Amino acid sequence: MSLRVPVSDNDHSQGEKNAAIVLIEYGDYECPHCGAAYPVIKKLQKHFGGKLRFIFRNFPIAESHPHAVTAAYVAEASALQDKFWPVHDLIYEHQQNLSTKLLLSLAESAGVDIKQLSQDISTPAVTDRVEKDLEGGARSGVNGTPSFFVNGYKYEGYHEYDRMRKDLESIL
Amino acid sequence: MLQKGEKAPEFELFSTPDQKLKLSELKGKRVILAFYPADWSPVCSDQMALYNEMLKLFHKQNAELLGISVDSKWCHLAFAQSRNLHFPLLADFEEKGETARKYGVYNEAEGESNRALFVIDENGTIAWSYLSPTGMNPGADGILDALDAMK
Repeated sequence: MSLRVPVSDNDHSQGEKNAAIVLIEYGDYECPHCGAAYPVIKKLQKHFGGKLRFIFRNFPIAESHPHAVTAAYVAEASALQDKFWPVHDLIYEHQQNLSTKLLLSLAESAGVDIKQLSQDISTPAVTDRVEKDLEGGARSGVNGTPSFFVNGYKYEGYHEYDRMRKDLESIL
Repeated sequence: MLQKGEKAPEFELFSTPDQKLKLSELKGKRVILAFYPADWSPVCSDQMALYNEMLKLFHKQNAELLGISVDSKWCHLAFAQSRNLHFPLLADFEEKGETARKYGVYNEAEGESNRALFVIDENGTIAWSYLSPTGMNPGADGILDALDAMK
């Protein structure tokens, strides 16, 4: 299974552009497995440093996770104020008790202008992006969350630190 | 297992506790038939939850999604409610697995359907079919590609 939507400047990305490993996550902010993968990714980023580029794309399973879409919108609207990553991280760090109120206060604590965010949150720049991520993910074979792609190919291993580290090391 | 180009066999199965659905009622629409082993099992749940999110994309292509397993209509109702599913689940319950057999995807050893996908065109002809390993969630990419290819 391979990635149908190539990495672009439009992606939310951490790490060097020309890193040897490009890891893409299709994730849902309210999905517990994504929550479990969050610290694993942080650890991998620490371990691989400049050799790893990490990209996050949205894949909210709205009917199973009632706050997933709102969370994705809040993160995307925060991105318009260059605050995607701090808000992304805060949401995952508080994913057990998500509510609209909490999401807004998390964004605020990351320095997001909430007035601006409330204007942006229902614009196509935000909503279409989430929808397009979902479609692009599905077309690439995302069958659940989180789904990872490593250098363009779907990663089928367990989302556990030692396993992922070994698998990623093997491609260096 | 029936293949591309073959006629999709007719069936009439409960889609709710008091309503039956016939394949031929959907003539003029494309139909995605998703056979799966069992309500509640982890892989099936993930697969159905994923397809639930894909309904908008399927509808854009004039396609209706039908899930189908040997579970009863009451079991389907509870499963659909618990997962907020917005598409019919058909009960291939009496005779058990009769429809799965017609499509060549019944698993005699387990007494369940295999995990299999069919995309049927507007005239009732199979346009694409896929047998997935039972433990694997096949995703939606094959279905979306098959719908694209029918244009």
